[in-house]
Order: sequence, then structure tokens, then C-alpha cells
Amino acid sequence: MEGLKRASAAIVGVAESDLGHVADGLSVIDMMAQGVHRALDDCGLKLKDVDGLFSATTQSRLSVVALAEYLGLDPAFTGSTIVGGSSFEYHVAHAMAAIQLGLCNVAVIAYGSTQRSVGRKQASVREINPYESPYKPFMPSSAYAFAASRHMHQYGTTREQMAAVAVAARDWALLNPVAWEKKPLTIEAVLASRMVSYPFTVRDCCLVTDGGGAVIVTSAERARSLKKKPAYVLGCGASTTHSSISSMPDLTVTGALAAGKAAYKMAKLAPADIRAVELYDAFTINTILFLEDLGFCKKGEGGAFVEGGRIGPKGSLAVNTNGGGLSYCHPGMYGLFLLIEAVRQLRGECGARQVADCEVAIAHGNGGVLSTQATVILGTQAAL
Amino acid sequence: MPAAEKSPNKVYVEHLERGELGYQFSPEAGKPVFYPRVVCPFTGSTKLEWRVSKGLGTVYASTVVHPGEGAPFNVALIDCDEGFRLMSRVEDVAPDKVKIGQRVRFRVHRPGGENDPYPVFVPAEGV
Repeated sequence: MEGLKRASAAIVGVAESDLGHVADGLSVIDMMAQGVHRALDDCGLKLKDVDGLFSATTQSRLSVVALAEYLGLDPAFTGSTIVGGSSFEYHVAHAMAAIQLGLCNVAVIAYGSTQRSVGRKQASVREINPYESPYKPFMPSSAYAFAASRHMHQYGTTREQMAAVAVAARDWALLNPVAWEKKPLTIEAVLASRMVSYPFTVRDCCLVTDGGGAVIVTSAERARSLKKKPAYVLGCGASTTHSSISSMPDLTVTGALAAGKAAYKMAKLAPADIRAVELYDAFTINTILFLEDLGFCKKGEGGAFVEGGRIGPKGSLAVNTNGGGLSYCHPGMYGLFLLIEAVRQLRGECGARQVADCEVAIAHGNGGVLSTQATVILGTQAAL
Repeated sequence: MPAAEKSPNKVYVEHLERGELGYQFSPEAGKPVFYPRVVCPFTGSTKLEWRVSKGLGTVYASTVVHPGEGAPFNVALIDCDEGFRLMSRVEDVAPDKVKIGQRVRFRVHRPGGENDPYPVFVPAEGV
């Protein structure tokens, strides 16, 4: 992301659409529109101010066109990069670039999914890969299970340590009124749950919910005149290492390493500067891999790092403070929610789950089967 | 680049129909290429030769899939000795007994009907 100017743009409005199990017949574009309306309300901008439109979903082939029609917009700039769940972190960088170049000034990034209501098979067309499909892996679970098997083999990471990630996420979710899961979880319960793809039980795997939302990005200059404290985009980075899991070079090292490095460089910050860490936890191993690759602990030490509630509400590092994809919400492409939570933490809007003195937050998106990694570092005025 | 007479996948399947595990080799990169393609990902060149693997490899990663109905089964990533990796499964052993680092040998699985043959592996001690 060389060429992007640190803090030249900010996220000024964020909102979820309806979440969980939405009203019958609600479309993914309805949900994007809910997100846009609420996010505009959040920052005080109007629909007529929007001149950049970005979206991604698995349920509408030309979603940005459908959304433009629905909202009555003819946006000067559109983006519909779709690289899996990390798409929205890419959109932030692309919106920032467009704003920096004067191609648009107010960019909306929207997402919607009804995968719980319509079923995963309806929500996401299964693609046949002649080199993988005959073996009937559960995708994406088995791909991440492979990564977990390597981490266990190379570093001695245990199922209990991965379960600790799920427990921490649940403990945070209990502090989030809109989280899907409402009951406490223990390590024993994670291990005893229904096995999906070894070493993962269903509690090592993300939820299957409906959900969507929107975030609004504008220039730093314009951001300062709006309703809420701007969340300045300090750093962006991205990396694509493979598409199919059999082509991933090393299953214990993800593109988060390169994405994070680029984002830290642009932000002129280091892991120690970050107070709220929002990581794409599609599976429990993700949190461990990304804590390592983003520099919060050494490679191979992620399992030990997450033990003893260290990343939970009472721990020393606040990770996935909304409850994550594991316990809050996971409609299939979770990346937008990382941005929403990071912004709310920077604004101090998070109530019982608010991280103290939160001036810098990181949102790290993951797409495909550890395939696309994108990091966004956000900060308040104090971090400039 | 001339028009393709046969798709890379078709050549691969024809090798399997003969009981062989075919793979491509990039002479310019000096490296194997898998899955088969029309352009080498290391050099951007179309120079790719077909070779036949000796069929020996090592389990790189392994999982046991637990379907809603039916018995659990293995899915694994195999590193072949020639230096390429592919998805497969290890047969003739309980799925949870497949271990990373275990030596395995290729055989063809012929599902029949309209389905193409595909490679599977079995334990190979001491090779």
C-alpha cells in the first residue's frame, strides 16, 4: 500500500444491519441499505453526500450495482473487490486511495448476508476444484484444520489452547448486548462438542448467522467536522499467498505477516502501541496465527500466549472485544465487523467491554482459506 | 501461445487412467509445478514438461472429517518426494492414525461412472 498517505482518510460512520436471524425475506441489499442508513445517521452525513460505493457479498453477483440502484445513487467511484472475508479491509485501502486522488470524497462500504436464513448452500455457491473436491474436505473448516494440525505438530500447540481462544471470545460476547451467544463457555465444553474436522469441534468454528452493515470513509479534513470522533486510517497492508489450501506455502505462516508489516510501516507504529486487537477468528487457530504473524507474540508461542484468559476481558491484551466470529456474529464474510468494533473502541462507545485508553486499534481481515490477509490500523486524534 | 490442444487437467487425468501420478516440471525454474497449468507460476513461461512421480511422499498435514452421516474419513496434504504438494487421503489405515511425517505411497482410486480417477495414498513403511 505504498502511496497511501497516513491519516489522510478516516472512518466516520459505522453500523450493523440487523444481525443473527433476520426477518423473513429480507434481502442482502435490504441489509446493506440498513447499514448505510444507520452509518450515515451515525456520522451526520446524508445519502446525497455519498459519491463512492463499495460492497461485497456472496449472494448478489453485481452487488454494488444493485445497491446503487436501491439507494438511487450514481456514484463517481465504485469498488467491488471480493477476496473473501477480508474484502472490507481491502475496500478501506481502496477508498482511501480514491479519496486521496479526488475520485470521491464520501465512500460507503457495505455488506449483507442471510446465510443463516437461507442456508449456507444457498448463500454461497460451491465451486468444484478437481484437485481437492474428490476428497470431500469440509470447506473451509478442513483447510484451517490442516493449519491447526501443522501448528500442533511443529509447536506443540494443544486443543486446550485453541479452546481457550473460543472461551475468551465467549467471555467478551457476554459483554456485548448484540452478540449471538448468551451463555458462558468452558474449555471442557469446547473439547466435548461435536467434532467437525479434527482438531476442531463445532466450538472451534465460527457461527453461522445472518448479518451485515456499513462503514463510511471520508477525507481527514471532512471527518473533523462530523458528529463523532474520527477513526483515522493510519496504516493498511495486504497479502495474497494462495487460493486453495494445497497451494499455501507454509501452513503455519500466513500473509498477515506481510500485511501487518506494511500496515505498521505506514502507521509508524508497532504491536506494543495497539490497545484493541480485532482479528478474523473464523476458527480458533486463526487468532493464534494472527497474534503471531502480527507480532503480538513470537511464532510458535501463540498457543501458550492465549492461555489463562490473557486475551479475554480480564486479560492483558484485548482481542476480539465484540465476541468475534466465534461468539458475536459470522455471516460468512466477517471482515466488516472488525472495522466496526475497532472504530467503536476508539470512540469509547463499548460500555462493559470498553478497552481503557484505547487510542490505536487494529482490524485484521482474513479471506478464503487463509488466502487473502488485509490489515487496517486505526487511531484517534491522539495517535496522529 | 498457441491454442491448447488438451487442457492441463485432461493430461493429468490421462496419466491417472494409466495408473500414473503426472505432474509438471518447469525447466527454467528447476522446480515442479502442481496443480497443472498453462503458464509457470515461477517464471511466467509456457515451458512446462510433464513428468511421472515415483509416487512416494510424506504426510504434511492431516484432518479427520466427521460428516453428518456416515463414518469419519481422512483428508491429507501430501508432499511428494519430487517437491510438489497435493491434497489427497491416506487409505488402509484408521483416519485418526494418519500422522504428519508418515511415509506414504500413491495408488489410483477409480470411483467409476462419470467421475475421473484421482490419487490416494497408503502407508509405506521404510521408504
